Amino acid sequence: MNWSQLFTSSIGKKLVMALTGFFLVVFLLVHCYINANVLFSNAEENFNRAAHFMGSNILIRIMEIGLFLGFILHIVQGYKLELQNRSSRKSRYAVTAGNKTSKWYSRSMALLGTLILLFLVLHLVHFWVPSRFGGLAEVEYDGKTYHNLYAQMQDIFSVPWVVVVYLLGCFSLSWHLLHGVQSAAQTLGITSKNYYQTIKNIGIVFSILVPLIFALMPLFVHFGWQINTGDISLLF
Amino acid sequence: MQHYSMNLKLKVWRQRNANDQGHFETYDVENVSSEMSFLEMIDVLNERLIAKGDEPIAFDHDCREGICGMCSMVIDGRPHGPWKGTTTCQLHMRAFKDGDLITVEPFRANAFPVIKDLMVSRTAFDRIIQAGGYISVNTGNAVDGNAIPIEKDKADASFAAAACIGCGACVAACKNASAMLFVSAKVSHLALLPQGEPERKQRVVNMIAQMDKEGFGSCTNTYACEAECPKEISVLNIARLNKEYLHSSLSAD
Repeated sequence: MNWSQLFTSSIGKKLVMALTGFFLVVFLLVHCYINANVLFSNAEENFNRAAHFMGSNILIRIMEIGLFLGFILHIVQGYKLELQNRSSRKSRYAVTAGNKTSKWYSRSMALLGTLILLFLVLHLVHFWVPSRFGGLAEVEYDGKTYHNLYAQMQDIFSVPWVVVVYLLGCFSLSWHLLHGVQSAAQTLGITSKNYYQTIKNIGIVFSILVPLIFALMPLFVHFGWQINTGDISLLF
Repeated sequence: MQHYSMNLKLKVWRQRNANDQGHFETYDVENVSSEMSFLEMIDVLNERLIAKGDEPIAFDHDCREGICGMCSMVIDGRPHGPWKGTTTCQLHMRAFKDGDLITVEPFRANAFPVIKDLMVSRTAFDRIIQAGGYISVNTGNAVDGNAIPIEKDKADASFAAAACIGCGACVAACKNASAMLFVSAKVSHLALLPQGEPERKQRVVNMIAQMDKEGFGSCTNTYACEAECPKEISVLNIARLNKEYLHSSLSAD
């Protein structure tokens, strides 16, 4: 066998899903950490400076290309696997066990992924496109000009239905991660008797905590809430 | 527990042969004892069908003591029926109550084509075993069984995996018709033992290649297989299989 089969066999295809999945999980952590600035005091300046760093650092810009590739691989491979798996049972059962033997979200990864994809397109149009291709207001801190991405957030999240869509996006993400994190660990063969429960618990905590923090952002911006932390910022 | 008898409605998949479309037929089965096994209940129904001159329902069975892996069928959406860790032959009618409608279907998967009624061909599993689920031994005098020391926990894990009877319930239960639990049990059983060491790398690669060729779906870790397995094979074996496969592929010559 040659090593390329490692990515084309049934296990290999899953491996691609797991590796890109973990990569996207790391992205979520970074994204969540940076954006959490909007929850605290001095949100506008702290967030705009953090966003400026992410947009101007050459290493991060290169990573951004990797991130897009990661997304595309995860999405394309995910749909291919879903189609293949569906076609491996041509005659369907009249009665199925449903939730008696497995969790609904573990069987609905393609559906949840599709919801996240729809959200992602909207999200890119809202923030990534204007910050890369212009259209943002500018603001000055200490004599230096920055994009006012925070003002864009205030603008976008002033519309109630947008806030609701973002909350639904976070909700889908949470269910997707609840299965995804431990599933990726299983595919990579990390799971074993001693770590089984630990890995499951890490997955549960991550899949609740990260989407929850994300969900707070549109709510905080919409209602103008802020947690008072004085001058402390998460980054910069 | 009180013995009782019941009248049931049985909705059974009837299919003359592999090329037939197949359809459901409903039968009334009266006076079923709560102490009968599910297969005995079908035996009784079949005797009545034969007496009437009808074609009896074809189904697989052999040992009828839960160890051979021959019996199959999906009962109300559950391979081997509603009881946990139980084969169809060990499922007793006390799992049901008077007046129940029970839907009985064959295991469904492209890799398990229906032969007739509730019988499916599971020879795909045989071909996976032929691809690597064995160890080669030299002929000659029998080797002393205790000559090779094996750690207790490995021996236990290997034995637990070897409990797989190859019935195919994992495939039947999986939404993707994946055979990963079966293959993982067979790979784990040998990979954990020193006797399995010489063919360890080739075994996992060849068995997965055959599994893919047979048209099983791939695993999405819903773990319905573990929930339905009559021998309660753990999905941790699938993690071990993945690890074995990764390791063998990366270190291939």
